[in-house]
Amino acid sequence: MADKLTWKDMEVGNIVTEAGSASFRRTGDWRTERPILDKEKCIKCALCWIYCPDVAIKPSEGGYYEADLYYCKGCGICARICPAEAIMMTEEEEK
Amino acid sequence: MEEKFVRFGKNLVTTDEYLAAGHSFCIGCGEVLALRLACKALGKKVIIANATGCIEICTSPLPVTSWQVPWIHTLFENTAAEISGVEAGLKILMEKGRIPERDIKCVAIGGDGATSDIGLQALSGAFERNHNFLYLCFDNEAYMNTGIQRSSATPYGASTTTAPAGKFSIGQVTRKKNMVAIAAAHNIPYVATACPSYRFDLMKKVRKGAEIKGPAYVHILSPCPTGWRYGSNLTIEIGQLAVQTGIFPLYEIENGRYRLNADPPKLKPIGEYLKLQGRYRHLTGEQVQIIQEMVNGDYAALKEKVAAFPI
Amino acid sequence: MSRRVALEASHAAAEAARMADVDVISAYPITPQTHIPERLAEMVADGELNAAYIPVESEHSALSACLGAAAVGARTFTATAGQGLELMHEVVYVASSMRYPVVMTVCNRALSAPLSVWGDHSDAMAVRDIGWIQVFCQNNQEAFDLTLWAFRVGEDPKVLLPVMIHIDGFHLSHVTEPVILPEQEEVDRFLPRFHYPFALDPNRPMTHGAFGPPEIYSEAKLAQEVAFRNSKAVILRGWREFGDIFGRYYHPVEEYRTENAETLFLTMGSFTETAKIVIDARRGKGEAIGLISLRLWRPFPFEEFRRIVKDAKILIVFDRCISPGMGGPVFSEVRSALYDEEPRPKVVGLIGGLGGRDMSEKDFDYVISRGGEIAEKGSEKMLETVGIRGEMVGTGE
Repeated sequence: MADKLTWKDMEVGNIVTEAGSASFRRTGDWRTERPILDKEKCIKCALCWIYCPDVAIKPSEGGYYEADLYYCKGCGICARICPAEAIMMTEEEEK
Repeated sequence: MEEKFVRFGKNLVTTDEYLAAGHSFCIGCGEVLALRLACKALGKKVIIANATGCIEICTSPLPVTSWQVPWIHTLFENTAAEISGVEAGLKILMEKGRIPERDIKCVAIGGDGATSDIGLQALSGAFERNHNFLYLCFDNEAYMNTGIQRSSATPYGASTTTAPAGKFSIGQVTRKKNMVAIAAAHNIPYVATACPSYRFDLMKKVRKGAEIKGPAYVHILSPCPTGWRYGSNLTIEIGQLAVQTGIFPLYEIENGRYRLNADPPKLKPIGEYLKLQGRYRHLTGEQVQIIQEMVNGDYAALKEKVAAFPI
Repeated sequence: MSRRVALEASHAAAEAARMADVDVISAYPITPQTHIPERLAEMVADGELNAAYIPVESEHSALSACLGAAAVGARTFTATAGQGLELMHEVVYVASSMRYPVVMTVCNRALSAPLSVWGDHSDAMAVRDIGWIQVFCQNNQEAFDLTLWAFRVGEDPKVLLPVMIHIDGFHLSHVTEPVILPEQEEVDRFLPRFHYPFALDPNRPMTHGAFGPPEIYSEAKLAQEVAFRNSKAVILRGWREFGDIFGRYYHPVEEYRTENAETLFLTMGSFTETAKIVIDARRGKGEAIGLISLRLWRPFPFEEFRRIVKDAKILIVFDRCISPGMGGPVFSEVRSALYDEEPRPKVVGLIGGLGGRDMSEKDFDYVISRGGEIAEKGSEKMLETVGIRGEMVGTGE
């Protein structure tokens, strides 16, 4: 995206006026493992949500908290700290 | 739009995110987790000045930004001076009626390098001039963004690329600079340590620091899987062990009065913390014992300071 | 009623900042600039100036605080000299590339080593490439006038660039001269309120200072350079407007008795006024000699400069700085600016007035004579200097 801009497109002082514009970046491509939630075990404590460094766990239907695979980098923190052991890290498959 | 919250017992945490997803911090990064929590505690009425470092690089790649609050980065060692200008500028503009009067908290963010090394002078100046600002030091204990070089915050015995463990070296041969004591020595109203593994403690302290009308300093341990060399999923655990072994105690200094926030009856052996991290892999049992004695000594000294202020 | 007051150039600069109703002053004292932050501190303490005065702990922090203040839309002013300008060296680049309109007076001082608190242009010449609009003052009136003008131009929405005003250390900063001070009403007419369109504000969150990967850095730099060059139009308009209101018109290149001049003598800063006396004496004897002085140093005033010198046979450039291994910096730049011109004068250069070494009329007389000799016969010397004791040898090249 950066390599399409001309010098005329640069804002004064290179200031970025659009907040959060980096959110188009699909950091989910970094993953080698993905978290899988077992809703039966989930106690909806939201620890995974609050401890996700990548803002990649979002509140979902029914009060659960699930990974946003667009962003999830597969760090495994959620699976590790889940008190109900409801999250399993599973290897990403080769496509 | 009404703000939404997630409830954790008596704690309400906003679902607002001030740092957009899609940032480029490492997998499992403790620093961005701490930052995310701190931002939730601060809210949107802030202006953040950020030093060069992991946070700055991972959040601001031209032509886009992860930031959803006003943010400025100029250089590496001048963040405290920069925020002094922001703070003074806002104050005088409001006084002169040029901009509407309202609450805007000035926050400065820097890593351990930016804070205890190259930026120490500017920070000391800003403290001494009594600017109304909150300084958050995100301490991952080395110059991580440039490739794990040692800083004065690197703990004794840790291996970094410029103080590596080797045949003739234990790695870091000096002891971690006590930035908390340095901040407190400026007689500022509020100084605290925090760790993202203790999420509510961290957020409470950031909020407390933000409410001070004067300088405040919060030193936040930021476990780093890349530089400390541990599996990315262990960030929370490592932070907990740092506190539970006493190598990074959680405490506050309010107007010179020390208070320990967590004082386990028995500290876990430091080996439990060190053995999880590749940067300590080279240590012999003897060397671990030396570190244990250092931790014991420091913790005892801290407890003395706390005891000087009986509740 | 405007009034005529005896002021040091330092105090004149401070007074200009006061009349401009500056919002934030962030400065660190250094000889010979100290009278500026001292006077400003007095003004604030006595309520003559309503500004935030930040007594920072170093020059690097001084300019850094200015950046923070400018980023929230404050009108900012600072001053420094010599080593102080060097200490803030990395910050000055950021001020221009992030487009913050800080105004800074520099009391030109020699650079260490050896330590010298006295005046020359080595501090100014070390910052040629920083992207600030830069002007040189000849006298205290200019020290006042150009400060006011600097706010007008730097803060212009089409410019948004920092401005540096050079005044000679001690020779101007500590010398009292009559200065005409305008009415506050005139200043208010000349200088609009500063409105910074990208002010940091929680209601419109923006990111200042994102980093530039290789895919974008070049475009960013080109954009900066285009904006810098285009500032010339506002620079000139600012001077026109200044003249219209205050009656004193300034130009990028000042000419003194250049009509039909065969020889032109180029000086910068306050020594120009001494040199003018020598020009008068020589003209009195029938010599076709004139003087030019670069008031606008950056962006370099190519157009005006080339036009003014084109008919001269000899251009003698006097530098108050040695660029090591290269020679006189102004001399080098001037030669380069004229390289493609046809016709162009023969350009020769001499160096003197370093580290507070004074230049008398006799010294300037020697420079002009020697300059003529060099133009005719060339020079065998490594450097042509004036007033430096000891024989000068050749380069051996």
